[in-house]
Amino acid sequence: MNEAFFDKKDYKPLDRVDGRLKVTGAAKYSAEYALPNMAYAVLIGSRIAKGTIKSIDSKAAERAPDVLAVISYVNAIKVPGYQPKGKHPSEPSTQGQPLRVFFDNKIVSNDQPIVAVVATSFEKARHAATLVKIQYNKEQHMTDLEANAAKAVLPASGKKNPKSPTADYDRGEKNAFESAPVKFEAEYVLPTEVHNPMELQSITAHWEADDKLTVYDKVQGTKMTQKNFAKEWNLPEENVKCIATFVGGAFGNGLHNWPHETAAIIAAKQVKRPVKLVLTREQMFTMVGYRPRTWQKIQVGATKDGKLVAINHHSVGQTSSYEEFTESTLQQTRMMYASPNVSTRYRILPLNLATPIWMRGPGEATGAFALESAMDEVAHEIGMDPIDFRLANYTESDPDKNMPWSTKYMRECYEEGKKRIGWENRKLKPGSLRDGEWLVGYGMGTGTFGANRNAATVHAELDSDGNLVMHCAITDIGPGTGTAMVQIASNTTGLPTEKITFHLGNSTFPNAGLQGGSSTVNSVGPAVLAACNALKEQLITMAAGKGNAAFTSAKPDDLMFDKTEIQLGGKSAKLTLGDLLKQNNIDKIETTNESKPDENRNKYSMNAFSMHFAMVHVHPFTGQVRVKKIVCCADAGTIVSPKTAASQMIGGATGGIGMALTEDAMMDHRFGRYITKDLADYHVPVHADVPEIDVYFVNKPDLLADPVGSKGLGEIAIIGVAPAIANAVFNATGKRIRELPITPDKLI
Amino acid sequence: MIQFQYERVTTAKAAISGLANNSNARFIAGGTNLVDLMKRNVTAPTKLVDINMVPLKDIQQQNGKTSIGALALNSAVADNKLIIEKHPLLSQALNAGASAQIRNMATVGGNMMQRTRCPYFYDTALPCNKREPGSGCGALQGLNRMHAIFGTSDKCIAVHPSDMCIALVALDASVVVAGPKGERRIPFEEFHRLPGNQPEKDNTLQNNEMIISVEIPDNAFNKNAHYMKVRDRASYAFALVSVAAALHMDGKVIKEARLAMGGVAHKPWRLKEAEQALAGKPATEETFRQAAKIAMQGAKAFKYNAFKLKLGPNVIVEALKNAAGLV
Repeated sequence: MNEAFFDKKDYKPLDRVDGRLKVTGAAKYSAEYALPNMAYAVLIGSRIAKGTIKSIDSKAAERAPDVLAVISYVNAIKVPGYQPKGKHPSEPSTQGQPLRVFFDNKIVSNDQPIVAVVATSFEKARHAATLVKIQYNKEQHMTDLEANAAKAVLPASGKKNPKSPTADYDRGEKNAFESAPVKFEAEYVLPTEVHNPMELQSITAHWEADDKLTVYDKVQGTKMTQKNFAKEWNLPEENVKCIATFVGGAFGNGLHNWPHETAAIIAAKQVKRPVKLVLTREQMFTMVGYRPRTWQKIQVGATKDGKLVAINHHSVGQTSSYEEFTESTLQQTRMMYASPNVSTRYRILPLNLATPIWMRGPGEATGAFALESAMDEVAHEIGMDPIDFRLANYTESDPDKNMPWSTKYMRECYEEGKKRIGWENRKLKPGSLRDGEWLVGYGMGTGTFGANRNAATVHAELDSDGNLVMHCAITDIGPGTGTAMVQIASNTTGLPTEKITFHLGNSTFPNAGLQGGSSTVNSVGPAVLAACNALKEQLITMAAGKGNAAFTSAKPDDLMFDKTEIQLGGKSAKLTLGDLLKQNNIDKIETTNESKPDENRNKYSMNAFSMHFAMVHVHPFTGQVRVKKIVCCADAGTIVSPKTAASQMIGGATGGIGMALTEDAMMDHRFGRYITKDLADYHVPVHADVPEIDVYFVNKPDLLADPVGSKGLGEIAIIGVAPAIANAVFNATGKRIRELPITPDKLI
Repeated sequence: MIQFQYERVTTAKAAISGLANNSNARFIAGGTNLVDLMKRNVTAPTKLVDINMVPLKDIQQQNGKTSIGALALNSAVADNKLIIEKHPLLSQALNAGASAQIRNMATVGGNMMQRTRCPYFYDTALPCNKREPGSGCGALQGLNRMHAIFGTSDKCIAVHPSDMCIALVALDASVVVAGPKGERRIPFEEFHRLPGNQPEKDNTLQNNEMIISVEIPDNAFNKNAHYMKVRDRASYAFALVSVAAALHMDGKVIKEARLAMGGVAHKPWRLKEAEQALAGKPATEETFRQAAKIAMQGAKAFKYNAFKLKLGPNVIVEALKNAAGLV
């Protein structure tokens, strides 16, 4: 694939191939499969944060109209994969063991699912759930991160392996900070945030036979789900099918299989009917993960002319008492700047909470809030423009891995971003600019995320009319995966996009990993490319075999379609697809191709980079912040699908506004219960909070990372947005808010 | 959801008798709050009397007052020409509340009857004297960032959530209610009550009474009126502090002022002493700052809402500046 591949003059951004299905309601989500004889389950969550269940009185509920079962640890069928010694067979998010729902009477977090009420309708199940009386033996719980931070531990992964990303890390001199001419130190707090995709987590579980399970499930990996439930129910993998054709957003909370999924599968087995289970919005706060509240301390040492001497970065994040959730909070600190001395310490604190899960821009977004705020603070202290300060510490290779970058085009982002936001209007001295009563400020923050790539396989079929149909198990949680794959196939073959279909979201399709960690286009894209090239090779062989001399030495790159006409090197070879297949007595050709990471991964550091610029207004007397403009710049390699890619950046920036200004899952630690747990109290940005968002892509391929040249986009869209806004607020007001969100009370 | 009876009525009389002999019967109109409360098991009426068909949607001007039917939609009132012209403060307040979708469902009477948004009230696993008298106040020692600074009791520190009502109390509105014994008028300021020892009671409606309309006396506050609401996001959030400010100007001098606050008390909080301090004074920032100081007398903060002691007077000053055209 050459550099100009997606840069052709006639290249038209494609609208979402499934857009019409989505906006007309024709797209079917996991709660929309109406199976014959279906039952409905409602979950009851614990009302204490720690202890045991003393008793469950379910008599009234069982007698309620059309109730089929009231299921708890008392009467739940034994899940064959549950191990007696505290083991759950499915993959933990990192170390530890996922919660075994309905296994015993132990309560380890508030709203832990402890009873499922199953009835012939949702309303009847919900009514019966109000009739179940549960008594508890309460024990002292621990949910407060800051109050217990001293009890935080090094994760097992870091203990076992000093090279693990969670292990203690020291580069250069450990004490270099102490002797730096300029010393800066601060603490930052990011509150618990909840993914809250629009679609509620839901599953329809159907035992098609005693040993054959189909789940219509809101997940980010159909293969992961298939494997996990095969293990949990002791079934051959081929007997478990996971269907997730459409997913209404996830932001990471579908990267784990959760207790409610097992609860629905147990219920379906127990009532011998398909069971649908949809979480409530409140349960979305407690049953399907969250971004862990994280306390960070950062020390930055520099010279007076703006050269970094040392960075020490320490973080403590929440985890549950049963799984060690970890994320890459400190990665960016190790590799973003040319600091000779860097130390990082990563700790987690097990609390009486459910397990967190990666939320968009996982640890990096959390870490970037501290690092990119601190960079701004140091620049201010030494009187330097924060961009000049960053450029003075720009690094041309990865100082952590000691490897060259595969590609890095951040200088282009600095230049373009400055221009588009109007950086020349920014004043070094905070509080210098006004628009009427409102204070005006400019800020920026950078982000990075690994250009991850997994093995992926695509099956492709081409018929004599030029219809190309592909299949892959990957899910699409919203970025427009089908759209991007259709564009790759169209660009590779010359077939028009409307003749190409990409089927996804089904575990019976060829293998792919999770849709997470910005890896989909980088992983599945190359498999699409490989499959298209394999089809072309078959055609070349066939054509040559039938005496078309021009094809004897042709390569896949030489062949392109013009509708159903096969062309070689741009010249018509006067061969139509239909004729060629007919000559060979077949009506279609097909291929299955795997593409996987190569040895370049051991030679280069591969990362996507982003840079976000914000212009804000702050009202000095009421403390209200209005983001007036955001510019997002991304070095994400090839931009395969310009329209959906820009939408992804806009969505990420919007999430970043939420991080910076509004989102906060507040917990009353006396009860260990969230008090902001619906969309009225847990504030995500509304339209009025979201300004014009201008997106710039460097759009230069990284062909060392993968044959498509893509580096991934989902995470960098949000990483660095929150500090950009916090830095702009400082530039407007001179007030540095180090605990997010920046609500009006913190600015008056 | 617990099973309940549902009755649809077409006259106020039928509505009122629909409540008779059942203290657990409730009216339902837009349902934008009641349905939430039922879903969360905060309230479980055994009977709902649907009053949407009762003809109480009119907005009319007669005998020196504007009368707004109890079932007029929030969006219809906010967009009504008469209201925009004669009582712009009310229109602004309505548009500052909820979302467009909710305003299209919610009625004037329902807006007045909505319950507090205190999170302890909404979670049946947490203590709340308003939901379950005697269970304690979760907010008193809890996360009380959104809570009251005026008129609190040790039983309840919840705030009244409406924006519309802040404008109505400032405009000296009265509430026309009808019951088995006939009609009566309640001054708006006396409609909602402070928590005292009975936080479960939000207002002074008697058993089986129904709100018929709200009346706003003609006034000279339509030239200089401003509703300012400060909240955690730009739209669709409850007020941290809101202020309804209206001035009757005589040149540069304030002839008469009206001032009320939201987000600070268990009822719409009228600031009469501050109004008196404004009367006869020039409309300057200094005058407004003085009035704001008076307005905040007697305010008492809790652990997480001390910021309201500072935000409150700032919003009063800003609202007055806007009303006076100084911004």
